[in-house]
Amino acid sequence: MKSLEELAAIRDRMKSRVVLREGSGETRVVVGMATCGIAAGARPVLNAFVEEVAKENLTDHVTVTQTGCIGICQYEPVVEVFEAGKEKVTYVKMTAEKAKRVVEEHLKGGKPVSEYTIGNN
Amino acid sequence: MIRTHVLVCGGTGCTSSNSPAIRAAMEKEIEARGLSEEVKVVQTGCFGLCALGPIMIVYPDGTFYSRVTEEDVPEIVEEHLLKGRPVERLVYNDTGNEEKVDGPVSLSDTGFYKKQLRLALRNCGVINPEVIDEYIAMDGYAALGKVLTEMTPKEVIDLVLASGLRGRCGAGFPTGRKWMFASGGEPGTKKYVVCNADEGDPGAFMDRSVLEGDPHAVIEAMAIAAYAIGADEGYIYVRAEYPIAVKRLNIAIGQAREYGLLGKNIFGTGFNFDITVRLGAGAFVCGEETALLTSIEGNRGEPRPRPPFPAVKGLFGQPTIINNVETYANIPQIILKGAEWFSSIGCEKSKGTKVFALGGKINHTGLVEVPMGTPLSTIIYDIGGGIPNGKKFKAAQTGGPSGGCIPASLIDTPVDYDSLTAIGSMMGSGGLIVMDEDNCMVDIAKFFLTFTVDESCGKCTPCREGTRRMLEILERITDGKGEEGDIERLESLAKTIKTTALCGLGQTAPNPVLSTIRYFRDEYEAHIREKRCPAHVCQKLARFVIDPEKCKGCSACSRKCPVGAISGQIKSPFVIDQTKCIKCGTCLDTCKFGAISKN
Repeated sequence: MKSLEELAAIRDRMKSRVVLREGSGETRVVVGMATCGIAAGARPVLNAFVEEVAKENLTDHVTVTQTGCIGICQYEPVVEVFEAGKEKVTYVKMTAEKAKRVVEEHLKGGKPVSEYTIGNN
Repeated sequence: MIRTHVLVCGGTGCTSSNSPAIRAAMEKEIEARGLSEEVKVVQTGCFGLCALGPIMIVYPDGTFYSRVTEEDVPEIVEEHLLKGRPVERLVYNDTGNEEKVDGPVSLSDTGFYKKQLRLALRNCGVINPEVIDEYIAMDGYAALGKVLTEMTPKEVIDLVLASGLRGRCGAGFPTGRKWMFASGGEPGTKKYVVCNADEGDPGAFMDRSVLEGDPHAVIEAMAIAAYAIGADEGYIYVRAEYPIAVKRLNIAIGQAREYGLLGKNIFGTGFNFDITVRLGAGAFVCGEETALLTSIEGNRGEPRPRPPFPAVKGLFGQPTIINNVETYANIPQIILKGAEWFSSIGCEKSKGTKVFALGGKINHTGLVEVPMGTPLSTIIYDIGGGIPNGKKFKAAQTGGPSGGCIPASLIDTPVDYDSLTAIGSMMGSGGLIVMDEDNCMVDIAKFFLTFTVDESCGKCTPCREGTRRMLEILERITDGKGEEGDIERLESLAKTIKTTALCGLGQTAPNPVLSTIRYFRDEYEAHIREKRCPAHVCQKLARFVIDPEKCKGCSACSRKCPVGAISGQIKSPFVIDQTKCIKCGTCLDTCKFGAISKN
């Protein structure tokens, strides 16, 4: 390494990999991963969120995590988005494709994708 | 894409409670479950809560698992990593509040961490110390880059001076001033930067944890110091009893060299610096700076008179700065965040934070870091979780064999350099040993003095002979053969040793005796005059007696007594012949009726 730029490049590349350990994202995306969720296909949804959030450089303030059964098994895979100072948004019957749209429009654009939410299903 | 990090502590404490096997089992189980692409297992340095090890933390949720065993691993993987349900029975969620919390709490909300401020330990338990990239992700080596490209050596020294940083081991000398003294001289003078990692106080493991958890911070700081004083060579003197620390240091130095952060022409600025690791054989005296330098030079580790101070004439006769591990660990952040930031933490004359190794009669044995000036009571009760088994706090020893004790009446003393010195103790390197009502203070003084007598290098008479004479008096007192005037004799010897010993360790060796006399003189007097140990510790002063009211005359004790000191008629009370009794306590353990007591 011969320059500060190289050092900064390593830092930026690595930052996204350790930021997970700070676990203090202002926005939390929680994927239901109990038996019901997994059976309904929650894992591809979880992985899609992790990938998209990283791709869009949102890791600084968005934490993707999992939880057990939320209690509405017929709607699985269920994803809840918690934002500081805002009402929680519950997405149901999620897929990896839908996850991409939620990242794009909700997490990045700030506008929940209402057609995927629990009220509309 | 990795969604979860499982951090497994790889500090010495958790390693000895089997964390490497747990990490291996975790990796295997994750592989078997097909989660390798999603979950990463990371080995880190010490989290601090050594008493509850092995420790594991799962991010991003921050679930804190304590006392994990290999058998627990499949359950954690299936329940938590796969299904998102933390394994409740292993979750540590003690927030220190009265009401119990259900489920996991984040690490920073636990009682143990809530009142801590981790600067020197900021990366310990967060990054993998064997991966330089993780250190760089935490702004590692940015301070070195800034210093080399934007600052003059004088500006660096002025910044460290302004921060108010004082040495984190021993006397608390201002670090910036030390650097300033070494910075002068003819241009081109050969100079050295040395790191004192010879942590020898009984019960202290602060420096070991920094080296194990964040070795690059020390390397980066040494390079900064070298630039500031104009040195190009550094030595880290670490004891061979710290195998994990030595291994990680060597890995870190190798990686830094590979990245060109050590070696020639660092960052293309023309600045050269490299580090050699020297292993010590574990002599306590080698923690004394001049003895340490003598040992690096290849000679027998013995101190030499000061002045000349190392900053003027140190290693191989050249100007040398020598700081300890924790002092260095603070430097990169001071450079990046500024002197004002650092001096806003702590109290008037003691800036920043201090790491303590909590040990003895305390619930949370481990490593804590608090702002300077935090009351001792906060460290012991809020962070340390108080004294086990509902016992009463009696005293805390700070500064190891060079320090003194702080009695219960002074438990609200702010922990900073000057407050501790004022009450006859000292900050020292940061060992903090807690004692409860079952500890005899004369015995504690004897313990520390035994240590100094064993470790005295023998070069100067006051330490070699004086501490031994003091120990003989203490042994006499605890054997029940103390005489009137022994306390005064101890005080007089202590005064002579303090003023005449060659090095800092000799000069401070009498401190544990002096401070226990100061605060617990009545205990010394009880030993000498009444031949009684109030805490029932000193075996030779113990007196075992049989209560005739409770004794059933079963003869069990007399049959177990190894010296035949107990006699009597079956079904009538037995008696102990005090002249034959060797105070072994076997009778006490044998009696089923609670008829035997120890006075």
